[in-house]
Amino acid sequence: MKFDTPAKTNPIDQLKVVGKPVDRIDGPLKTTGTAKYAYEHHDVAPDTAYGYVIGSAIAKGRITSINLNEAKAAPGVLAIVTADNAGKLGKGELNTAKLLGGPEIQHYHQAIGVVVAETFEQARAAAQLVQVKYERAKGSFDLAAAKDSGIKPKPGFGGPPDTSVGNFAGAFASAPVKFEATYTTPDQSHCMMEPHASIAVWKGDKLTVWTSNQMIAWGVRDMAKTLGIPKENVRFISPYIGGGFGGKLFLRADVLLAALGARAAKRPVKVALQRALMMNNTTHRAATIQRIRLGATKEGKLTAIAHESWSGDLPDGGPETAVSQTRQLYAGANRMTAMRLAVLDLTEANAMRAPGEASGMMALEIAMDEMAEKLGLDPIEFRILNDTQVVPDNPAKPPSSDPQSKAPEEKHNPHPPFSQRQLTECFRTGAKRFGWNKRNPTPGKTRDGHWLIGIGVAAAFRNNLVTKSAARVRLDNRGIVTVETDMTDIGTGSYTIIAQTAAEMMGVPLDKVVVRLGDSSFPVSCGSGGQWGGNNSTAGVYAACMKLREAIAQKAGFNASDATFTDGQVRSGNRTITLAEAAGDKGLVAEDFIEYGDLDKQFQQSTFGAHFVEVGVNAATGETRLRRMLAVCAAGRILNPKMARSQVIGAMTMGAGAALMEGLVVDKRHGFFVNHDLATYEVPVHADIPHLEAIFLDETDPTSSPMKAKGVAELGICGVAAAVANAIYNATGIRVRDYPITLDKLLDKLPEMV
Amino acid sequence: MRPFTFERAKTPADAAAAASRNPGSRFVAGGTNLLDLMKLEIETPTHLIDVNGLGLDKIEPTEDGGVRIGALVRNTDLSADERIRRDYGVLARALVAGATGQLRNMATTAGNLLQRTRCPYFYDTNQPCNKRTPGSGCGAIGGYSRQHAVVGVSDACIATHPSDMAVALRVLDATVETIRPDGATRKIAIAEFHRLPGDKPQIDTVLMSGELITAVTLPKPIGGAQIYRKVRDRASYAFALISVAAIVQRDGTGRVALGGVAHKPWRVEAAEAEMPRGAKAVTARLLADAKPTAENAFKLKLVERALASVLAEAKGAQP
Repeated sequence: MKFDTPAKTNPIDQLKVVGKPVDRIDGPLKTTGTAKYAYEHHDVAPDTAYGYVIGSAIAKGRITSINLNEAKAAPGVLAIVTADNAGKLGKGELNTAKLLGGPEIQHYHQAIGVVVAETFEQARAAAQLVQVKYERAKGSFDLAAAKDSGIKPKPGFGGPPDTSVGNFAGAFASAPVKFEATYTTPDQSHCMMEPHASIAVWKGDKLTVWTSNQMIAWGVRDMAKTLGIPKENVRFISPYIGGGFGGKLFLRADVLLAALGARAAKRPVKVALQRALMMNNTTHRAATIQRIRLGATKEGKLTAIAHESWSGDLPDGGPETAVSQTRQLYAGANRMTAMRLAVLDLTEANAMRAPGEASGMMALEIAMDEMAEKLGLDPIEFRILNDTQVVPDNPAKPPSSDPQSKAPEEKHNPHPPFSQRQLTECFRTGAKRFGWNKRNPTPGKTRDGHWLIGIGVAAAFRNNLVTKSAARVRLDNRGIVTVETDMTDIGTGSYTIIAQTAAEMMGVPLDKVVVRLGDSSFPVSCGSGGQWGGNNSTAGVYAACMKLREAIAQKAGFNASDATFTDGQVRSGNRTITLAEAAGDKGLVAEDFIEYGDLDKQFQQSTFGAHFVEVGVNAATGETRLRRMLAVCAAGRILNPKMARSQVIGAMTMGAGAALMEGLVVDKRHGFFVNHDLATYEVPVHADIPHLEAIFLDETDPTSSPMKAKGVAELGICGVAAAVANAIYNATGIRVRDYPITLDKLLDKLPEMV
Repeated sequence: MRPFTFERAKTPADAAAAASRNPGSRFVAGGTNLLDLMKLEIETPTHLIDVNGLGLDKIEPTEDGGVRIGALVRNTDLSADERIRRDYGVLARALVAGATGQLRNMATTAGNLLQRTRCPYFYDTNQPCNKRTPGSGCGAIGGYSRQHAVVGVSDACIATHPSDMAVALRVLDATVETIRPDGATRKIAIAEFHRLPGDKPQIDTVLMSGELITAVTLPKPIGGAQIYRKVRDRASYAFALISVAAIVQRDGTGRVALGGVAHKPWRVEAAEAEMPRGAKAVTARLLADAKPTAENAFKLKLVERALASVLAEAKGAQP
């Protein structure tokens, strides 16, 4: 089904099942521990051996020798695979560094081998007997030092590296009110609960991998490419995923090393990346240095906006696209954005929840707070004053926002309208709900015992992406509807919203729908990433269900256009048959996909929100503790408010971590993230998170898909950290521009102790 | 983890003797730290002696009006004990500020004293660490040192002792009771129990080979406002950036010990004479010889401010 004109009334609009806050249909499996995760498929291969990954001890250089003698002789060892005996390996399209390094080493903890043994303990013990000698080479590890060597990166997901509208330099120079500041965000790690894990089983030249991966088709393609075997010979099965946040978008070392280990040991092999490898072996969100300049009239109209960002990655990597939102969020006639990319020999940088906007909003939304203060304006009123219904900076020839297509662009509109934009409504609704009018605009004036109290606000913004997504729908003679798609559920609720979609479309209750996900033998979906999963995967199911409705109508001898599907029956005129009857003993099956025309070029599809945060800063120690948080979101139709709320409060929690504690620390001498475990890389615990409220404005977006939905899971993180930073400023009068905002950055400026 | 043999000791004397028979052995109780270190091969004992069955799990009054805490009393049980909560509030508060409920259920009194540093360079076997591999150098000096010690440091090591409980024991003047392989027992003042790193940072305490902790005793209660203030980046489940254990009497005199600043719980008795003059004066004496790094110099100011708030709280808490 091609979606190229705005959606009209369709079966989803009945909202009998879609839009209801139903519980997760996979909830009972999760809460009883019977949902099998990648490492837990004990039944598929009872004789599975264990692989333990060896990570490089240096960041850059060469392996000069590996002595395996002692390890090979250790109890239980079945095989050891290194680059020396792995055979020729390619590299996945979406991998920057090799997944199996050696002799050249590209980053710390790059996998250099896997030891396979009868038990996990034997594999681990033997791995520690492998003796590796290295020759270190000089590397680049310090973004601030490497920044000025940054080059203009190739256009990518975030659009072109540079954009320019009007005359920024002139407008900034002549602006009555000017503001300029530089902000930094640290490297961050996804730190999802379930580590990367895989079980690999070879049958002849066919490989099956039970794994934990957000994008099944990408993984299969890159695995085939890496092994140099046909794609048809690789199958991925990933039904349950214990979190991803972008860390599992790509093929990673666990899959490759399980497959290589299994081939060498002639046994099924399972590999889980040990937690200590998470930070330095896999991908991470890159640190940024961001410079923002704003010029405005005395009344607060922005006339000049500039946002520049520097980040680093391995050679051939990409930038953190931290300037993206600045092209779209606020009006202003004269503007420029620029991204520069330096070479850093740390593990590869890549997507983490809301890549680009999450980091960019951390800086931009403090800058807006600072500028509002300079102008003497309320920070909400300042933002509303500069709201816009058209895109201020839509660069010519932007790359397609379809992550799976490379179609050439058609005619270019420099200022396309937003399909929906309720930013102002988000602020107004939130202000009322949160009690914004009770905030003292003068910083450092509100106290509660030992605590300095502050309230802060920030906008939330994240684009909606449309991309092809397919599904297959079966109807059987019991009236059961089964959906099959390689879509993944990374904790987001995909199972449930897909079931709701199929139930709505086919007119059956939720318990008559079975959803099977995450298997590469199913039709290729959009996968989970970039908050595109919910809208696109359900739209693909919509398309397949439309086809199934036609097949049912045809079989029943009805005219498909006037057949209605309700209560497990299909009706036309005065005739009614049950779906079970229509299916017959052979059942019916339909498969289709959703693909998109250029509505996303005619209209900019984005999601908006406002974050409100109240903090207490301990007047003595500078410890910041959150007291209240509210997010107001406008993100198209909310397919399941319960699931959407879970996504948004989870994202707010992650944003709170980014504000207050998360940051990988680079050892600039040896080139690695030092805090590579969950004891030293701190993420919020329950005690850090106060009452969270997330509300959704009523919205449907007919340009996004027949579902009229958009992404929401990443919107929730964008702007949170800045709202926390602004609240800390309101509490203390101390402006911190370097994340995370830990107490040592406040201590010197806190009020004297009496 | 290297293969090891395992036995269950039946009496404290048995355990100490078993340790003496098996060079390279370790005692194991809760295992909350030792097992992690064994998995990473930072600790590589060839033999484990399980001391959980020794019966050292009682909290009993002593003849001089104090309390004897068995070496195997779990942190959870100790923090919930009525006498501890009533008479040694600083200890109960320090215990619940540490780790998580699950870990406190397993962790023992003796094990808590013997836990090793959480320095990330100690934990990463690719990195130099004089505590883990003597003579290999110190990764933290010149590296990531925000959490590290500011006082009592050496050129070989700037690690901290991570315990909260031990800081409270220090301010309470606890005594560690032990038994040696030859059956001899001794009492070690908590002040003498942990070492400074010097040029032998691999040695954390004054315990001798095979010496087993049997109990920790507390002297007669001294009353006062007993406060434990732990300062950290997140609200729970994090090691202290700094912590303050204080006992403050109605006349403003009292005792102070610090956590998170040194290789051992840090207390300078002479500094306590300054308590009536306030936090600045006390801190100046407590941290007189501090040698912080650029990354952890903030701890000096943090100690002073945290102590000021503790003293203010103590004043408010006086009946």
